[in-house]
Amino acid sequence: MKFERKDILGLQDLSTEEIKLVLDTAEPMKEILAREIKKVPTLRGRSVVTLFYEPSTRTRTSFELAAKYLSADTASISVATSSVQKGESLRDTAKTIEVMGADTIIIRHSVSGAPHFLARMVNARVINAGDGAHEHPTQALLDMFTIREKKGRLAGLKVAILGDITHSRVARSNIWGLTKMGAEVRVVGPPTLMPPFIQDLGVKAFYRCEEGLENVDVINVLRVQLERQQKGLFPSIREYTRLFGLDETKLRYAKPDVLVLHPGPVNRGIEISPEIQDGPHSAINEQVTNGVAVRMALLYLLMSGGEVHEIAS
Amino acid sequence: MVPLQEKAQILDAEGIRRALTRIAHEILEKNKGTQDLVLIGIRRRGVPLAQRIAAKIKEIEGTAVPLGILDITLYRDDLSRLGYHPVIRKTEVPFSITDKKVVLVDDVLFTGRTVRAALDALMDLGRPQLIQLAVLVDRGHRELPIRADFVGKNVPTSQREIISVHLQEVDGIDKVVIDEPID
Repeated sequence: MKFERKDILGLQDLSTEEIKLVLDTAEPMKEILAREIKKVPTLRGRSVVTLFYEPSTRTRTSFELAAKYLSADTASISVATSSVQKGESLRDTAKTIEVMGADTIIIRHSVSGAPHFLARMVNARVINAGDGAHEHPTQALLDMFTIREKKGRLAGLKVAILGDITHSRVARSNIWGLTKMGAEVRVVGPPTLMPPFIQDLGVKAFYRCEEGLENVDVINVLRVQLERQQKGLFPSIREYTRLFGLDETKLRYAKPDVLVLHPGPVNRGIEISPEIQDGPHSAINEQVTNGVAVRMALLYLLMSGGEVHEIAS
Repeated sequence: MVPLQEKAQILDAEGIRRALTRIAHEILEKNKGTQDLVLIGIRRRGVPLAQRIAAKIKEIEGTAVPLGILDITLYRDDLSRLGYHPVIRKTEVPFSITDKKVVLVDDVLFTGRTVRAALDALMDLGRPQLIQLAVLVDRGHRELPIRADFVGKNVPTSQREIISVHLQEVDGIDKVVIDEPID
């Protein structure tokens, strides 16, 4: 199959065939991660630059290791110490990176749509590593990979996404990806953290864990984005934890073999209790490993084929 | 895809069976038995061939040799020239190849580039004592200094001819034919 995309900007516009190809390609990539020598020469001579306007540990490191394991050269630009501080625009920063020879730019930005803007500006390939509250496609792909690995399939599964849906790019990418792959997706959270018209995305909304988590195969717990909670969208952290924090009592509503995911970083004891975070249902650590495999698959699919022929405007 | 026509059959099921039996005997003779011996088939048709050779060796010696599967896609030297993405499958070598006598098995030896990629892939898995190469057909036209230790059949070919190996496990029939493009 041809993977003809120049960029990976979101799951909203990826087809089921493309998603399946990424997940299938990630499987042999995971085998490489288990080897003593975690390196193959596939992307030798290619270069990848990460450009992060927001802090990140796992996504950025995961992309960098994925690129290195495929033998690409990597550089990372931290906005705090770059010329962005001198007022350089996103377009000019990206052009500068491109003319230094970067084949792929991986960007995280607090503004939704920033990667899309960049993709139109540069000939280099662009991967969205999270844009505002819009999409986080690689996180959703690694979530789907983990679910498929643990449950053997995606179609027909009941998946609950629990927490702050409004501010979550992870939730949006998961909704688009999982519904495309045939899963039944529910969103569960307080009404103040639920965007209006969320049902239009093909999901059911629940405001109580008792109903929302009933009989589900997977619970994807979202981080309470404390940095985005200045508007007082819930009375207190304690109340949120009591009503929506995943603990042993709430877990009982789900199927006995329920799989628990969390995109990290975890606010320990707030959105998920430590017993569940470290317990037998949790695949939180495996998600991190799978993230490297999925990003290797994406870099392979984007960068190993023929040249990019589209000329950016 | 250019349409092909069959020009000649060079091996039938019986011919393939005999060739693999001979290769199994030669492997045992050259390596003085099965001590430290492992077989590794290159995906795709090298895998059933390696399985058959392993079965022959078991028949002759009574010992099972470890069998691995190698996918060399990530080691190809032409990935950037291709306009498509070869599907990657898993490499499954569930044992250490360090200090082992590795016999690499493939269906056709042609330019040598696949074997070059396989050698690189093996080196990333460990440090074998030695690596030998077994192929069902050697058709010539090497582009790299690589030769096979065990050959089922040498078939001199022209560049435009194509050797098609059909195996029961993959294609439902055992035969090796020379195809050529229809002009």
